[in-house]
Formats: sequence, structure tokens, C-alpha cells
Amino acid sequence: MSGHERAILSVEGLGSLLQAIRQEGYQLVGPTVRDGAIVHAEISGIGDLPAGWTEEQEAGTYRLRRRDDGALFGYSLGPQSWKQLFFVPRMRLFQARRKDGTFVVDAEAPKPPRLALIGARSCDLHAIEVQDRTFLKGQFVDPDYAARREGVFVVAVNCGQAGGTCFCVSMKTGPRVTQWFDLALTELLDGAHRFVVEVGSERGAEVLAKLALQPADEGDCRTADEVVERTASSMGRKFETEGITELLYRNLEHPQWDKGAERCTSCANCTLVCPTCFCASVEDVTDLSGNTAERWRRWDSCFTLDHSYVHGGSVRSATRSRYRQWLVHKVASWIDQFGTSGCVGCGRCITWCPVGIDLTEEVAAIRATDGKKEP
Amino acid sequence: MARRKRPKLAVWKFASCDGCQLSVLDLEDELLDIAGALDIAYFKEATSVEKPGPFDLSLVEGSVTTSHDAERIREVRKQSKALVTIGACATAGGIQALRNFKDVKEFVSVVYASPEYIQTLATSTAIADHVPVDFELRGCPVNKEQLLEVISAFLHGRKPNVASHSVCVECKLRGNVCVMVTGTPCLGPITHAGCGALCPSYQRGCYGCYGPMEAPNTTSLVRAFRQAGSSTVDVVRVLRTFNANAPAFRKESEAQEKGEEESQ
Repeated sequence: MSGHERAILSVEGLGSLLQAIRQEGYQLVGPTVRDGAIVHAEISGIGDLPAGWTEEQEAGTYRLRRRDDGALFGYSLGPQSWKQLFFVPRMRLFQARRKDGTFVVDAEAPKPPRLALIGARSCDLHAIEVQDRTFLKGQFVDPDYAARREGVFVVAVNCGQAGGTCFCVSMKTGPRVTQWFDLALTELLDGAHRFVVEVGSERGAEVLAKLALQPADEGDCRTADEVVERTASSMGRKFETEGITELLYRNLEHPQWDKGAERCTSCANCTLVCPTCFCASVEDVTDLSGNTAERWRRWDSCFTLDHSYVHGGSVRSATRSRYRQWLVHKVASWIDQFGTSGCVGCGRCITWCPVGIDLTEEVAAIRATDGKKEP
Repeated sequence: MARRKRPKLAVWKFASCDGCQLSVLDLEDELLDIAGALDIAYFKEATSVEKPGPFDLSLVEGSVTTSHDAERIREVRKQSKALVTIGACATAGGIQALRNFKDVKEFVSVVYASPEYIQTLATSTAIADHVPVDFELRGCPVNKEQLLEVISAFLHGRKPNVASHSVCVECKLRGNVCVMVTGTPCLGPITHAGCGALCPSYQRGCYGCYGPMEAPNTTSLVRAFRQAGSSTVDVVRVLRTFNANAPAFRKESEAQEKGEEESQ
């Protein structure tokens, strides 16, 4: 197997593939059912996958549902991307101790496990690439992110269904997996439950070579393509991106921002579920004796007042300012800053907003009344 | 380092259940260090020893419900360099502020055999409604780690790391699945962090023990509750617990009741 040839993998074959990846020294992280959702967690094999589960998603709602088949990847997206594996929610950056009238600093030495992502979707792979621009490709490299990100093995999945809040087609980030993968699966549920597997790297080919697989015939390849085409044509949302930067820049005083702010709870959920948001806060703590101090980093959000706090107060004290800052940055000024949109169309900010604010609707409303100033 | 004179600590009780003072005693692993770093001058829950003021740090538990306590808190303030309130009673009036929505005289006449012996104010109010407060630590009860952080910060003259954003941030740091979006009404989006998202971590909606967060949009969240099927009684009850008198919660519960009356 080499290049972009495709092979057929049975369900048992997928189990063997996962074990082969483990034997290469990778820790498997994949989808599994927990607390009413499909989350990403460490898995030991095929038995942990969400067999026969799917979900319904709409703005502000997510419900796990049973499927009438045994599909292993028969859902669209869970609440988490892969962000927390590389840009960890909370970490100690260093510790300092008083010693002989001065102090010594103990730096953290990250030794993260080598991870294999099982079931990564195209939008989320694009999101990893977007975060790489922040943590790896800017002026400074984040050493912890780099250590965790290094050598990650990716078993991607072409989406077999679109979620109610998905819009990767609009963002040109899916649903077909086209890059940043080692192996990509398409799950076929017509007739025998099987997968078409595509090789995306040398490393992927090497692992796959350990299994004796039959090449996929023309019929299976066509069926696999149809699965992805069907998904692409059933997106839950559409998002018009034509001229979006100029559109938002010239509508910074549009009354729609007030309507959004009237609903927004500033809870920060949208930014925390977003696979590309990268903000963190840094806190110094001391113990009672004052002999040791620690510096911690944790996820933060542009929706908190502390995020824009400078001497004298917060720059963005109104919810309207914070909401506008987030949305304009995400889909417009991100392009100026990083050369790509900060939005990959995963729809998590819509589903996981407790009051169901939908950024596609908000921007569409501005577009429909471009230039409006008064309420 | 030369040993400085230990700062004097006082812990005061007003109308409260003592749970927040117990959080100090619950710091079992750190208690000796605290006693080493601070001179515990007044702390009735822990010791009958009483030393006179002034005090460097006063921790105040409880709300003001009597005219005697309204006087006493002014004296505590006079005697204290720094005054920190601990818990929902001291920062918002506590569960006993439910009286603020009703006629307290009626309660007294129903509950007590000899109501003439009872001297009480019509309201239960936060310490900050009576005297200037240097820092308010939220929670019912307070989180002992946060309490330790406030004491450490005081000792070293720095700002305590106590975030005032929503509980949602704590949920996401823990990797919790959002209970609100999966079908359980949750006050997390409008509630002040500090508990570490305790209830949502066990698939329960947040009860709002830490009171309103820094920028609470109570109206929007309550609208979402109503759309999901909660009644007026449901939302008024959920807003009227330990922080019923916190302005953001009080205003919304009153608006809900008013809306119900008008619709009848």
C-alpha cells in the first residue's frame, strides 16, 4: 500500500489496526460515550468506541440517540475537539524556591505520551493546523504544546453524517479528509459493515502493511465517495464568507451586536469548546510561608472581564464589546493575523452555547442589513 | 530571614450557620502553618482565648439581621486593617435573606410563642451594605482552598487569584459535558466560579451557591430555562436560595413574579 490507494478493512480488521498502533507505542485517544455525550478519552480498543450511537444537535441542545445499526463512527462531533490534548487546560509552568538568600527555578520538563487520535474529522484536523500557527509557527514556539503535538498519529474518519450545526462545506474544511492524516477511514454500512481505508503518510502505510488487506474495489471506492458527498450535501448550517472581513469591519456599530449581547451570558462556553481559541491566563501563587512560588497557565476566554483588564479596569467592559471582539476576530481579523479563518465550521459554539446563539445567523443578519446603524 | 511580628487574625460570626468558619478548621493540613504565620487573636469557633484588637485581618462570616449586629460590624471594621467577608451570608445576605421578600413580622408572629421578645431587622443584608469591605470571598460554604489562597495573598501583600467568571469555565477546565445543553437547567453560566464546578461534575445543574458571576445575564439564561419548560415557580425557587438577595438574582426573581401576576 502506498500513495492514495485504498483498501478494505473489516470491523475486526479495525480492531487489529488499533492494536497495531498501540504496539507502536502510541496511546489511543478516541470517541467514547460518557455523561450523555460522545467525548474524546483514552481508549483501549474497538470495544470503547460508541457503537450504535449518534446524536442530535441544534443551537443550545445536544442529545445522544441510538442508531439502528452498529456504526462505530455514526455521529458527527462531540463537545470536545482535540485541543485539550495539546493546549492543556491547566498546567504549571515553573516552580521557584527560596534558597540561600536567593531563589532557584525548577522548570517543568514535559514528557507527554505519544498519542494516536482515533476518529479525527476533517474540520478538527484543520483546527489543529490553525492552532499550530499560533503555538508553533509564530515568533515563539510553545514548548509544552510542541512536545505534546510532536509525532501524533492520526486515524481520521470521513464524516458519514453532518450534525445539525455543522458548516464545514462553507468553510472549505470538510467533510472529506484531505491532509494531516496517517490513515483515513470511511465507514460503509450497506451490506457488510466495513471501512475503506486510505493512506496519508509513510508511517500510516507501515502500520497498515502489518495487516493483510485487500485493495478496495471500484464499487467500494464509489460507495465511500458517495457517503462523503451525501454528508456534504446535508450540512446543518450555511455560512456565507464572501467579503466577510470587510463586511464586519464596516458594521462594527450594527444594531445586531446589541441583539447578540442581549442574549449572550458571557459564560465563555463558545470559546472553550472552539477548537482554535488559544487564550490563556497566567497566575502566580505563593504558599503560606512565602518560600515557594508557582506559575500556572490555564485556559481563559475573551468573554471574561479579566481578559482585557489593564490598570484601572477592563477595556471591554460591556458584553457587546466582548461578543463583537470574539466574533469579528474568529471569522474576520483572524484572517489578517494568521492568513486563515479562525473558524473551521464545526458548529460547537452554536450547539454548546447554553442560550443557543448561532454565529451563522448573527453574521447573516448583519449581511442582510449591511450598513444599518440605528436599531 | 528575621521573623516578623505575626499579623493578628480575627474570625467573626454574624447571622450564619458557621459552615464557613468550619472551612477554616477544615484546612487540617495547613492549620499549624496558619497558626504559625498568624496570631489567632479571636476565633470563637476554635478557641475561647480572646485577645484585644486592633486586628490585621478580620474574616467575617454571616449577614446583618439585627440592629445589634449592625452596630457590632461597625466596631469590627474600626478594629480591622483588612476586612474580608467569607460566604454567601456575608456577601449577599444568605438563605435568611428570603425574609426580604416577605413580611418578617408575620413570620415572627407565627413562629414564636412570645413574639415581643424578638428584636430583628426586616431584612438580612450583606456586610458590604454596612461597612467598606476589602475582599468578598463567595460560596455556601466557601471553598477552603480559595480561603487559603486569600490568607496567603494577604500575608504576602498580593491580589488573591480568585476568578469571578462563570462556573462554565471551571466545567470546561475539568472536561465536563455541559449539563444545560444535554437537558438539565443549570445556573452555571451566570454563577460565580469557585466550587470547581462541583454539581455539574456529577451531572447536576448548578445551584448558584457562589452567587452571580462578574457580568450575569440572568434574564437570558432564565429565558432559556422557560423555553425548556421551567415554570415561574421553578425559576423563582432556583434564584432564591443562598444568594437570593444578590442584586442580579433578586431582580430577576422579582421580575418573574411580577410577570406571573400580570399574566393572571
